[in-house]
Amino acid sequence: MTDLIDGRRASDYSSTAAKRRLVKRYRAEARFRAYGVLGLILTAAFLAVLFIDILGKGLPAFWQHSLMLRTPLVPAEIDPLGAHDPKQIASADFGKIVKDVLASQFPYVKSRAERKLLNSLLSSGAADALRDRVIANPALIGTTVATPALLSADADLFFKGRLTKVEAEPAKSAATLNIQPQERYEILSPDGAFAASLAEIKRHLGARVALLRAEVQGLLAQRPEIASRLAQARDGGNSAEALRLENSLQSIDLKSAELQTRMQNLEIRASSSSASEKLDATLPSILAAANGGLIKAEEISADRLIGPALVPPRSAASLAPGDWSIVTYQTPQSFRRIADQQIAWLEHLKGQGLIDRHFNTRFFTSGDSREPELAGIRGALVGSLLTLLVTIVLCLPVGVAAAIYLEEFAPKNRLTEIIEVNINNLAAVPSIVFGLLGLALFLNTFGLPRSAALVGGLVLALLVLPTIIIAGRASLRAVPPSIKDAALAVGASHQQAVFHHVLPLAMPGIMTGTIIGMAHALGETAPLLMIGMVAFIVDVPSGITDSATVLPVQIYLWSDLPEIAFEAKTAAAIIVLLAVLFVMNGTAIVLRRRFERRW
Amino acid sequence: MAATYLLCTAGLAVLSFFLAASRARALATTGAALHSRPSYHGLFLASLVLTAAFAIFALGWPLTGWLAEKYALSVLPAHVTTDPVGRDTALRDIGEIVQRREVAGANSEIIGAAAAYARITWLGRVITLIAGLAAAAALLLNGWNRISSYFPARNYFERWVEYLVFACAAVAVLTTVGIVFSVVFETLRFFQLVSPVDFLFGLEWNPQTALRADQGEFGGSFGIVPLITGTLLITTIAILVAGPIGLTAAIFMSEYASSRTRAFVKPMLEILAGIPTVVLGFFAALTVAPFIRNIGTAVGLSVASESALAAGLVMGVMIIPFVSSLSDDVMNAVPQSLRDGSYAMGSTRSETIKKVVLPAALPGIVSAFMLAISRAIGETMIVVMAAGLAANLTFNPLAAVTTFTVQIKTILVGDQEFDSAKTLSAFALGFVLFFLTLALNVLALRIVRRYRERYD
Amino acid sequence: MDASNTTVMTPAVPAIIAERPIKIRARNVDVFYGDKQAIYDLSIDIPDRAVSALIGPSGCGKSTFLRTLNRMNDTIPNARVTGTVELDRENIYSRDLDPVLLRARVGMVFQKPNPFPKSIYENVAYGPRIHGLAHNKGALDEIVVSSLKRAGLFDEVKDRLASPGTGLSGGQQQRLCIARAIAVNPEVILMDEPCSALDPIATARIEELIDELKQNFCIVIVTHSMQQAARVSQLTAFFHLGHLVEMGDTDEIFTNPQDQRTQDYITGRFG
Repeated sequence: MTDLIDGRRASDYSSTAAKRRLVKRYRAEARFRAYGVLGLILTAAFLAVLFIDILGKGLPAFWQHSLMLRTPLVPAEIDPLGAHDPKQIASADFGKIVKDVLASQFPYVKSRAERKLLNSLLSSGAADALRDRVIANPALIGTTVATPALLSADADLFFKGRLTKVEAEPAKSAATLNIQPQERYEILSPDGAFAASLAEIKRHLGARVALLRAEVQGLLAQRPEIASRLAQARDGGNSAEALRLENSLQSIDLKSAELQTRMQNLEIRASSSSASEKLDATLPSILAAANGGLIKAEEISADRLIGPALVPPRSAASLAPGDWSIVTYQTPQSFRRIADQQIAWLEHLKGQGLIDRHFNTRFFTSGDSREPELAGIRGALVGSLLTLLVTIVLCLPVGVAAAIYLEEFAPKNRLTEIIEVNINNLAAVPSIVFGLLGLALFLNTFGLPRSAALVGGLVLALLVLPTIIIAGRASLRAVPPSIKDAALAVGASHQQAVFHHVLPLAMPGIMTGTIIGMAHALGETAPLLMIGMVAFIVDVPSGITDSATVLPVQIYLWSDLPEIAFEAKTAAAIIVLLAVLFVMNGTAIVLRRRFERRW
Repeated sequence: MAATYLLCTAGLAVLSFFLAASRARALATTGAALHSRPSYHGLFLASLVLTAAFAIFALGWPLTGWLAEKYALSVLPAHVTTDPVGRDTALRDIGEIVQRREVAGANSEIIGAAAAYARITWLGRVITLIAGLAAAAALLLNGWNRISSYFPARNYFERWVEYLVFACAAVAVLTTVGIVFSVVFETLRFFQLVSPVDFLFGLEWNPQTALRADQGEFGGSFGIVPLITGTLLITTIAILVAGPIGLTAAIFMSEYASSRTRAFVKPMLEILAGIPTVVLGFFAALTVAPFIRNIGTAVGLSVASESALAAGLVMGVMIIPFVSSLSDDVMNAVPQSLRDGSYAMGSTRSETIKKVVLPAALPGIVSAFMLAISRAIGETMIVVMAAGLAANLTFNPLAAVTTFTVQIKTILVGDQEFDSAKTLSAFALGFVLFFLTLALNVLALRIVRRYRERYD
Repeated sequence: MDASNTTVMTPAVPAIIAERPIKIRARNVDVFYGDKQAIYDLSIDIPDRAVSALIGPSGCGKSTFLRTLNRMNDTIPNARVTGTVELDRENIYSRDLDPVLLRARVGMVFQKPNPFPKSIYENVAYGPRIHGLAHNKGALDEIVVSSLKRAGLFDEVKDRLASPGTGLSGGQQQRLCIARAIAVNPEVILMDEPCSALDPIATARIEELIDELKQNFCIVIVTHSMQQAARVSQLTAFFHLGHLVEMGDTDEIFTNPQDQRTQDYITGRFG
């Protein structure tokens, strides 16, 4: 291979070894390339999961459920004086009117506790629409109107299927309905119509046994380690430690013994497949819909179901196959925020066609609230708008002026260099540090108002200033010097050349940079937390010194709340925020494409 | 009042513009050759008026506030004003009353002081207004008299503009100065309460301070080692995610991708870079953390619900665009001639990249990583939402840890006791955070600059 | 060839200078860019109402010298000019002289046509507007029209004065730039290789135009093309490595150069 032929080294690139080497090299090549593709695919997958997750969580929050009730507007209740005085009308107890109408749907609901449960289906703002409508048109008083009454967040979530799955299976066999003492109803189905439901319950018990077993095993797994440490402590004469470990061993033993007993009891119940089962709140609810009523099982066996009526049946007539059905609420009652009784009522109302699903305009028209169904982002949107207004008013002129100075007027000296290095470093200072600046300087030293859009805007202006200066300089630099020369040659001063010719030509680039900077400011959260824009603020701010919050902070606040309904609200607010950001960035891209000049 | 002032002086400025411009125009019609166009005479005079008015405003307004505060406190009885807490409360109440807001339990003394405060404020502002208007008027008269055909108004006005744009550029420096001052002063006060050694080397972080005076001086412990390890842990996870993905993505983009692929991939990374961190935090806390926890439970590991892993993973994704776009830039800056040299010897593309491009771009890539690390250290919302509060000294990615930014946010959001060691400690953390990230940035930018010089 | 010991040939005063008033008088001009010297001790007289051509190989300093005549070098950081340049016996580098006003008197046309990305009308109207040469719209219109006419462009663009100047052809753009320079009513027009980016036909038109303009203006043109210098100029100055090697009546220079280097250059030995 290394013989010299005619003074050249001969290499044999056709030998099998060489070919094998080449194949290997190409395989390495393909692998290397695949890493890059893989990295991008992972990134894309993350983005896709993120967007799908947020859309899935947030989109339902843009719809809401209301109760469409025909409400009689009795003059004596609303406007006893008949003067149509808006103040008088506004002070009327519309909440009671709406609740009464709801109660009239359920004449069998009598006890105070049940009334309360029923009323809790309605939002505390249920009567708002009615009140507004009557105030706007007092002539309605004395008539009956159909107005949507907002449902509570839990009722709303139920209709969105977030709380439990409801399954209704028409029964294929005949049965009899008997009234028992203590307002209990009994359904007897000799053909064993409840066998499937019973099996389902047993399966649940079985699953719970498995969970308990894992827990017991986990506890026991800790035992050997503690025991060995105990032995060590005893050997080392560390009696305090030994005592502590002994105690913990004991408590583990006690706990595992207790769990084991529970597990065994459950196991017996789960394995005896035909025995009847008592249902509690930790098991799925089994109900029977018969003769217009709904009976909730307290106990079932394959052929018998007994329990109270959530909706009383019209009669005790016997049930033909297909006339009645078995209903299951999959999620056990104690794991959901809505009672079986409430579900029964809601299903009844839905069956009457009284539930209306509509776009959640309230989300865009009202401020924050402790009630998820009433909470909206208007306050945060207006707060964001005011804050951004302050930001752009401050940082656009200052940023452009600074860019002009550095590009056009700055002498090449140490001071200029300091300013340039400074701007580059400022662009990478963590945003929370700007929050500290705002807190220490604007709030504590200058005494500007806390939580106000003014201070938020100031802080964000300082935050995005480097972005705008850097973008501004880049676009000023992109204007060819020949344009400036042309202006200078006809006797324009340096400043005239800059302000009449260079700046206008750089403007699209500056605007693009500004929009991107503003988008950055719009999504910024941390520095605003520092200056107190995290307060719970119901009112929509009306000026830059009012207490306000902004959209990202609202998202942060809502994400911290425990109610599931707020999780959807949070995701919905995120959707709005992302939509605004996409529009802003899209505008920037269009602007760049449209006005990009090739010199 | 401020609006009145600004409107009045702005009105005067507009007036002076028109007066001066018309006078210069009148001169021009007499046949004199003007040095500067009439509008420049107007602009120059208006700029003078505005400057004077602004200076008087910037002086008069804070002075008035300071005097009013002093006077209001002098009206109050001594027992209120000597106690710093009482003094702050009184001032806050006065502020509320002056803004016509209801203050629960305000006594007649406070109301009296508020009235005094309002009186002095009003008086001071009226005086400022008069002074501002008088100065503006004087300047107007003087400037009006100086208008002549030789008067180089354009040059003067342009000098003024130059000062103005310089002042704007100086804002950036002032911001840095402001940041340094706001963290340094409070940090120094903090070090009077807690020794810097305890702060830097203490192993326990628990910034609870006494609620009442009789509970001792303060009971918190302020050792930042757990915060350093926590921040380091999350940052390490983030870099382990973003480093390989970002770098391979950058290599693919700069060396392999067709322009069509780039047109699709670049916007994707821009979208990722543009997602607000609060959104990523929400995703980390509500989707990624439970997911990791479920996986952990399934394989029998105990995972904290706010594990460092969840926060670190999402933060890693956040900094992918930083790593990839900066690395992409530096690899694009490697001259084509180096690549050609390698190809001409029969290297494959990947061999060229590994043996030629990456070594040549290494300094730039290192600085890209440093910038990304600095970004991860300073990131707040993801860790606030997805990482914990408990300062555990651990390197277990499945445990909950806390970071600098989380602690700053937790301490400073909500009610603060002024001047307590707890509040001041947040500024000390900010101090460390600021200088740590600053050092990383300065170093990274210096490396990049030296690297650019090599190939320019 | 050693540049340091070259001496300026001082032949008899060129005829063109003798018969016309001197518009620009430069004495002992040195130009530095930072540490680098671009022009060495240059002295020259430029006659009014004539075309003076500056020729020489690339990098000889002719463009640099042209830019000292309207102080365009002021816009380059680190550029420094010593010596005196007089325009009508007034030192343009004196402290009280405003370079802005100077440039209104000394217009300039650049190598590459550089119309503002604005309408044709606005291109021409910009100068008169900033100098306040027109007191009303009518007067401004008149300046624009007459400038375009003098630049020989009016007939081609009269229907589209509002369309962008950048949409014109290269030769038209350059004539627009000349119109823009004329519009502020200068005394001197400096042209920095005005035809180097143009085709021969457009070049011919510009040359015709220069010939007409010399009736009213003092024109200084930098050119690479000796033929062009021979065609349009009355006075020619040959620059080499920052030195003025030789100057004289154009016919004289091209037929009977005194200096060996001039001879080498015009016969094409280097360039």
